[in-house]
Amino acid sequence: MMSLDPGVSIYKGFNVMLSLSDGEIENLAAVARRVRLRLLDIFSACGKGHYGGCYSVTDILVMLYGKVLRVDPARPCWADRDRLILSKGHTNAALCAVLGHHGFFDEAELATYAETDSRYGMHPDMHCVVGCDMSSGSLGHGLAVGIGMALAGRADGKGYRVYVVLSDGECNEGSVWEAAMVASHHKLDNMIAIVDRNRLSLDGPTEEILTLEPLAEKWRSFGWSAIEVNGHDFRQLFEGLEQAQRTRGRPTVLVAKTVKGKGVSFMEDNPSFHSGSLTDQQLEIAKAELMGGGR
Amino acid sequence: MNRREVPKPAIDDVTAAEAACQALCEFAANDSLLWVLTADVARTVKLAAFAQAFPDRFLNVGVAEQSMVGIAAGLATCGKLPVVNAFAAMLSMRACEQIRTDLAYTNLNVKIISSAAGVSAGYAGPTHHAIEDIAIMRAMPNMTVLVPCDARETRTAVRAALERPGPVYIRIGGRTNDSTVYREKLDYQIGRAVMLRDGTDVTLIACGRTVVECVMAAQLLQYEGFEARVLDMHTVKPIDALAIEKAARQTKRVFTVEEHNVLGGLGGAVAEIMAELGCSTPLRRLGIPDAYAPIATPAVLLDKYGVTASRIVEIVAGSLRTGAEDPDCRPA
Repeated sequence: MMSLDPGVSIYKGFNVMLSLSDGEIENLAAVARRVRLRLLDIFSACGKGHYGGCYSVTDILVMLYGKVLRVDPARPCWADRDRLILSKGHTNAALCAVLGHHGFFDEAELATYAETDSRYGMHPDMHCVVGCDMSSGSLGHGLAVGIGMALAGRADGKGYRVYVVLSDGECNEGSVWEAAMVASHHKLDNMIAIVDRNRLSLDGPTEEILTLEPLAEKWRSFGWSAIEVNGHDFRQLFEGLEQAQRTRGRPTVLVAKTVKGKGVSFMEDNPSFHSGSLTDQQLEIAKAELMGGGR
Repeated sequence: MNRREVPKPAIDDVTAAEAACQALCEFAANDSLLWVLTADVARTVKLAAFAQAFPDRFLNVGVAEQSMVGIAAGLATCGKLPVVNAFAAMLSMRACEQIRTDLAYTNLNVKIISSAAGVSAGYAGPTHHAIEDIAIMRAMPNMTVLVPCDARETRTAVRAALERPGPVYIRIGGRTNDSTVYREKLDYQIGRAVMLRDGTDVTLIACGRTVVECVMAAQLLQYEGFEARVLDMHTVKPIDALAIEKAARQTKRVFTVEEHNVLGGLGGAVAEIMAELGCSTPLRRLGIPDAYAPIATPAVLLDKYGVTASRIVEIVAGSLRTGAEDPDCRPA
């Protein structure tokens, strides 16, 4: 649990978003670097992986688990915990790397990724990945599931929040907007969505395939509060999430502007690294760049 | 053929949808975890009583079946016992992938009450008929598929489903009052067929709306000298393989009778079991012959597809008289 400031227990900080110090930001950046390197190991061992989306969402997940979520690795099923649904399930490896880092399970287990009978595959299985609150894979499911969790929390008078992480391409799915309407209708201010806006879906630029912009406006018109942030800037992510937590009477979405493949020069903004494999030479370059600290 | 009449069965005093709602209200009175969700069809699927008695646990999500199922999954992860209730066609097909991924794959404790199944929506036409839903639901691992045949069995099935962990699909017609099959408390166990009548010439296996037709057909067949066994196969999954095996070994022919496509539903399930038994007992599947229905009332459609008592008698008696070779016995 090297990411945690020993003086601050996020697990007991009910409804309190503490300030984010420069030291903590440095710490989060170090965790993100470690997670990206871990992903490089995982994917190079299995020969293939969703580098692009995992690297764009890494900082978001590191921020959430490192500072924001009220979760306890020792009690993964704690009834009062915050929930996180990785609706863009194809980046399960990033989620697992972050959960493993925080000690939800022995991160050495991630060496089995994609092997026969491994608990860790391309998409998360809630019954296999300790700390995972919902299985996912097919896009467009997570927001509705999050509404169910948020409604249950409200009905039970619990203070937990539900975080749903979506991809931008996922916002092509009609079911996202159906759920968006339901969430705002029920004024679910205990629900926060984060869209990993890396501007590339599987086949290429989102704006060429199916226009999403003005994306934040779309969410606002569906009754959500929308905040645009740089999804690789921990300060902006933190402030956006803090604002989301303070928002009353409606759910909030963070449209987190990210770079697909963030951290590795030849992957950045390159649609061919949505999912793929690396040559030995590319692997060396990637490792060197990530170790060099370029986040 | 000088056929004698059989007395018409009594009619239930409530529809299956109303019976389901009664069971939900009774259960909810003792279990604060039960929630009911619907998709802007509360009036049609008769949920007013629940909505009134338990407003905090009733959620109408709007015309949004996919969201409804996802929300139910989310509630279930938090320990609630959600029941989604809407039209069978939209639940099983519009929200199919949510049911598969969010309920079946996850094995979450959500119950699905699917109303207006089969051709019970009549002249609403094929968009509102569900003739594929049993096949779809049966193909999902972890899913239980129940098809009750009258109000009493519906109440019993809903209670049994609520007590069974994991996702359960309960298929009802529910638009009009059904004929009463069970006048008294029935011995209901999920996965165990009810033998409504015994016989050795033929077995009629039915579920849902066609059970009462088979009961009447069996009485008519008796007048023609044939003894029919009638099985209420209220659970299509997990199916009662033993009852099917006994039917195949103890009676000369087996007929399945369903308000569903003959492909993949009850007939398909029985055919799978019989094929693997290695016995030569002929099987014939009566039901909707892989076609979408024309505009007509449910009664006309059921007759057209050969699943009313008189049509069942015609087909079964004809088949029993001609012996083993049945020229009509061809795949749909």
